[in-house]
Amino acid sequence: MALPRITSPHATGSNRTRQIMQLVLLATLPGVLALTWLYGFGTLINLLWASAAALAFEAAVLHLRQRPVGFFLNDCSALLTAVLLALALPPYSPWWLTLTACGFAILFGKHVYGGLGQNPFNPAMVGYVVALISFPVEMTAWPASHAVGSLEGLQQILGIAALPDGWSQATALDVLKTNRSLTMEELWAQNPAFGYLGGRGAEWVNLAFLAGGLFLLRRRLFGWHAPVGMLGALFVMSLLFWNGSGSDSNGSPLFHLLSGATMLGAFFIITDPVSGATSNQGRLIFGIGVGILVYVIRAWGGYPDAVAFAVLLMNLAAPTIDYFSRPRTYGHRKAERGFKVGD
Amino acid sequence: MSNPSYRELSVNGLWKNNPALVQLLGLCPLLGVSNSTVNALGLGLATVLVLGCSNVAVSLVRSVVNTAVRLPVFVMIIAALTTCIELLMQAFTYELYQILGIFIPLITTNCVILGRADGFAAKHSPLLAGFDGLMMGLGFAAVLVVLGGLRELFGTGGLFANMHLLFGPAATDWHIVLIDDYKGFLLAILPPGAFIVLGLLIALKNRIDEQRAERAKAMQPQAPVANRRVRVTGAIE
Repeated sequence: MALPRITSPHATGSNRTRQIMQLVLLATLPGVLALTWLYGFGTLINLLWASAAALAFEAAVLHLRQRPVGFFLNDCSALLTAVLLALALPPYSPWWLTLTACGFAILFGKHVYGGLGQNPFNPAMVGYVVALISFPVEMTAWPASHAVGSLEGLQQILGIAALPDGWSQATALDVLKTNRSLTMEELWAQNPAFGYLGGRGAEWVNLAFLAGGLFLLRRRLFGWHAPVGMLGALFVMSLLFWNGSGSDSNGSPLFHLLSGATMLGAFFIITDPVSGATSNQGRLIFGIGVGILVYVIRAWGGYPDAVAFAVLLMNLAAPTIDYFSRPRTYGHRKAERGFKVGD
Repeated sequence: MSNPSYRELSVNGLWKNNPALVQLLGLCPLLGVSNSTVNALGLGLATVLVLGCSNVAVSLVRSVVNTAVRLPVFVMIIAALTTCIELLMQAFTYELYQILGIFIPLITTNCVILGRADGFAAKHSPLLAGFDGLMMGLGFAAVLVVLGGLRELFGTGGLFANMHLLFGPAATDWHIVLIDDYKGFLLAILPPGAFIVLGLLIALKNRIDEQRAERAKAMQPQAPVANRRVRVTGAIE
């Protein structure tokens, strides 16, 4: 009798790194479209330039580290980092800003620690924070929607000529941060930065990212734990500290959910399997931590938006969260958690 | 205890056992003031002086100090010397003294100095101890200046700004602007920049050591390896 010499597992999965990354890339499409519709082609140029830069950095550093260049370039992880970074940077950022951010993301966010799978921090957020801290002026220049023409935009990116005043405007979160005297109704009525629910433009972008994120959730690329934890915590925090419409109000829950980088962070950044927590319970705690920190920094911190800082801070906490949220092993009555005497 | 040679002491202080790159001591001033070349050089020189003098002084009193109270005595000596340096800087380089601020009195608590006092000076003659202090101090100061220079270069696009604080008005035009239209890379000036650049310097040092070790290994003549297999088949001649 001829027995087939096949060992388990018999089901072949198709969730290799490359396919996962491609699926996430696909899911950013609604967000990309919304950004392009609102701010013009600056987002697309950001995307192209950031991808080229990140792939070049990745190839160079892989060559330096004597790793197989083609194999790692093929897994699309550098490309995804570049795309997330490009979506987070303001459209029409100067070329050197995008280049610096990509370089830091790939070199100091990823390869210093040993490459894909070893990075304690989310590479895209490392690049973003480096750029935000180093070049605050360029990083806060978000264009007003439908304000920038093609030629001026290109000149701004190449650094040939600066755009005229008035092309950029404070975002709703900026306005809220610096507001000391107006009530919410007054702000909403007279300020062009506010849209229907969140920031003008930002609410559409956030809804688009929410759609992409729900698609990924449906494809079971990640569990619901981290996004629900983050959005839930942000909702609860903003509800608790929502001071109606007074001038010291920090904005309504709906406003916080639909402005800034909330949805991009909730579905595309904190669901990173490498730099986040491991178990489902851990991911829930991780998400809650990010949500709380986002609100704390937005309301009382020094920066108008906080997703990048919150994610990096919780990345630091992820190993500890993992240590205290290990699931029960089969055959054991209780889960082994925390530190033990003699460890 | 055998006395190390001067050559050995120099190699140890400047490279092999460098206080900043290998022992990772005195990181607080190293990271705190290395945001420009002039600050780094000022604090580096002050540290060299304190380290050299304190090593000699500790070595001179080593036979009369009880082991149980040696650390407080050493700290007193170091603090006295630091005060001297502080007063000197206040007299001659007042602006730099104001910029460096708390980091000058903090030389007292620099682990390099106490470490050398207890680890080396308390066991060796004043001449050797002084030389060791000088070399360790120079190694520390060199890393401090390189770090300061790199951070200033990345942060502002220039080098040697404000050198007149240390060398008088003649040094005002030492400032080199390498890139005219530089936006300023703020991260390099801020504390995280110090950690990142220091990490890169340590990596560079380790890489150089690795390469030298490889080269030394390749240069060594290969000893013939004896064939330990015994032939058991075929014709035995």
